[in-house]
Amino acid sequence: MKKRSLLAWLAGLLFLLLSGALLTLPISPGSLAGASVEALARSGVGNPVTAVLLNYRAYDTLLEVGVLLLVVIGVWSLRECDAQRVDTSEWILLLPLLRLVLPVLVLVGGYFLWIGSALPGGAFQGGAMIGGALVLAISAGLLHRVLEHQGKLRAGLAMGLAVFVAVAAGTAAVNGQILHYPQASAGLWILLVEAAALISIGLTLGALFYGGRPPQGSAQSPAREFDRE
Amino acid sequence: MVGGRLKGRHSLRPGSSTVNEIAFRLYLLAGASLVAIGFFGILASAELLRKILGVNIMGSGIFLILVALAARTTDPIPDPVPHAMVLTGIVVSVCGTALALALADRVRAMKAREMLDEEEEE
Amino acid sequence: MSISPHAAIILLILGPLTFAALAFLWPRYWRWFCFTLAPLLVGAVVKLALEVYASGPVRHHVGGWTAPLGIELRADGMAVVLLVITAGIGLAVMLYASRYFDPGPGPQSAEGARRQKYFWPLYFFLLASLNALFLSADIFNLYVTLELIGFSAVALVALAGKGPALTAALRYLLVSLAGSRFYRLGVVLTYGTYSTLDISLLASRVEPSFVTWVALGLMTGGLLMKAALFPLHFWLPPAHANAPSPVSALLSALVVKGAFCILLRLWFEAFAPMVTPAAANFLGWLGVAAIIWGSIQALRQPRLKLLVAYSTVAQLGYLFLVFPLALSESSGFTAWSGCLLFLGAHACAKTAMFLTAGNILHAAGHDRIRDLDGITHVLPLSVFAFALAGISLVGLPPSGGFAGKWMLLNAGVSQGKWIWVTAILVGSLLAAAYIMRVLNHAFTRVPEPDIPNPIPPVMEWTGFTLALLAVVLGFFAQWPVELLRIGSPFVSLVQTVEMLP
Repeated sequence: MKKRSLLAWLAGLLFLLLSGALLTLPISPGSLAGASVEALARSGVGNPVTAVLLNYRAYDTLLEVGVLLLVVIGVWSLRECDAQRVDTSEWILLLPLLRLVLPVLVLVGGYFLWIGSALPGGAFQGGAMIGGALVLAISAGLLHRVLEHQGKLRAGLAMGLAVFVAVAAGTAAVNGQILHYPQASAGLWILLVEAAALISIGLTLGALFYGGRPPQGSAQSPAREFDRE
Repeated sequence: MVGGRLKGRHSLRPGSSTVNEIAFRLYLLAGASLVAIGFFGILASAELLRKILGVNIMGSGIFLILVALAARTTDPIPDPVPHAMVLTGIVVSVCGTALALALADRVRAMKAREMLDEEEEE
Repeated sequence: MSISPHAAIILLILGPLTFAALAFLWPRYWRWFCFTLAPLLVGAVVKLALEVYASGPVRHHVGGWTAPLGIELRADGMAVVLLVITAGIGLAVMLYASRYFDPGPGPQSAEGARRQKYFWPLYFFLLASLNALFLSADIFNLYVTLELIGFSAVALVALAGKGPALTAALRYLLVSLAGSRFYRLGVVLTYGTYSTLDISLLASRVEPSFVTWVALGLMTGGLLMKAALFPLHFWLPPAHANAPSPVSALLSALVVKGAFCILLRLWFEAFAPMVTPAAANFLGWLGVAAIIWGSIQALRQPRLKLLVAYSTVAQLGYLFLVFPLALSESSGFTAWSGCLLFLGAHACAKTAMFLTAGNILHAAGHDRIRDLDGITHVLPLSVFAFALAGISLVGLPPSGGFAGKWMLLNAGVSQGKWIWVTAILVGSLLAAAYIMRVLNHAFTRVPEPDIPNPIPPVMEWTGFTLALLAVVLGFFAQWPVELLRIGSPFVSLVQTVEMLP
């Protein structure tokens, strides 16, 4: 109990220091908003946040897409998923509903990607939609067959990083600096990177929810069970 | 492409901050309290899941501070750099949480097995 | 080779990242990936070092955007020295791991195959993120590299698969996550105050204020967790001792140094205008405590790998003496370059120690120091390597450890700061004591030591080569010191480097 109150004091101290520091921040400082808008015309996109993520500071995003793949590898190295089946036979409405919802979610994901160049949206928001669709599908016991297609799944997971790295190397070969897109086609390059990232992000979120590497070799029997539906 | 649309939408007075000072400070204080609460959760909880949640609450506090900071600007649009930092941070947080949960599950399973072995020995 | 220094920088980061993805897609061909990547990385690092030596720091503006909008990569002397260390240690560990993770026959082979399959992509990710960290000049980008390093290190520890390793990995992950949250909070405050994330721009804008102090304090606190400075070291010994031995080597030699490198960048570059002696002394005192506490704990450990891990806790303490010692105008550079020289020597020696400890563990089936009597008859080369590495850890001439300590001592003596001088000397005596404790047992004569498993030669020779390197590094100390001068924060203050042994 004594230790707990000590820790509470420590957290309180952190709060005091932090809020003290935050309250002294000026209300109208110089920010990078102006600079971002100024450079927007050369960035290939119309949404400043997308411009920061995929042009000005695209290198952060490249490493971050690396984090996604890295964590899938980490989780797969830790656990093999025992792929528990869900008995959905009593939930009459589940499958018809999912048949409706899943394609819509994927569509919305693609839409987010597309509008991301101009308005709030982008690969991460779109990827989250697709990830959500995968979570629904996995929870309903669907998609085990997809996850057991290890080759394709791996390719999809690694695609975001692979395309990003290839674009970085390609732009370096052309313009001397990594991720320095040719100005005229910057929008297209960004769309390419984002489209690959979208798929990888979606699959990564699904794979992380699945929580382990797909079981080796046991792909057939449960899949057939599902085929009965 | 749509720079014009953006500018039109945010045609607020240039030169003065576009954010209410009190609201701004309140957001910052809320962020600071989330950070402190999360920190306390990491330190004080014995359960792994609570510790992992603590890390996430701390992260949310930082996101809140970032979003508030992005809003105070004299430019016509909010500062996009903190927004991008939030997006990057969210992805990294999700990844860290997933890794921590997978690891915590392995540890839990292992401890359960150890307890089972001990019972069998008795 | 006619590649530009920019191509070398790009290769150092994108190369290992590519191979991480490849090793994930086609784990079977890991050997090919290693043999392709290793010469590329070594070539790039040599090229970059020569270029920086010849014509000064190389700056790479990612995306063609200059700071504050864009991210800058910067290869100065310190970055290059750290990259060379990473490449060398990385190569040695690569060779060692190519045999260490052999699945082998028998019931354990499925588990062994899993380890081998996942080790390589994680290893490539770790290399890429370390290189990216040393090259980055942007405090938020540094945060992303820190997270990459943390996640790959944790996953590598957990590869061991046994109970203690998993628990240690989980604790490591939680500390690492909390540490990076604090670091990120500091970054946010810094950006909120100065509207830039670039280290050189910060250096020109920073001025002492409450917010700035809180920001620096938060970042430093987070990094100290990751760098395992006493009293935040508690996670390190179990994680380093229970990881697979090549992983232990990577963690002790490189991973903790990543966070330390950021601390150097913050305290001597970005926030240099506001650092006060009191704050620097505080870090120095923690360093002294780490030296004493780590050494005493190392003396008391029953297991060899735990002893080596506590020795890391102690040796990290020396690095932090740089903060009080490098503040001086006259001998600041001596202390700073001595610290980095010491870091390099420690990386070599510690890798050698963990690799030989791995050999002993593999050969004897355990690493209880008490029961290591006569091991030298079975693994003469490994024990010899351990002893050589010990020479550098203790700091006997002509080792790299000696050269580093000598420069730190010189700085301390010339500034009349006897506390730090005493700490270095006492730490060396304690190090001698715990190294001797191992060697005493190893050289005890027993009629028939019971050592069941043979060790592949490459696993013995990699450790031996690194230990030898650590010992002879003192002869070549001039080279890294000359390199470190380039683009160093002390460059305007330096007159001569007369303090070399």
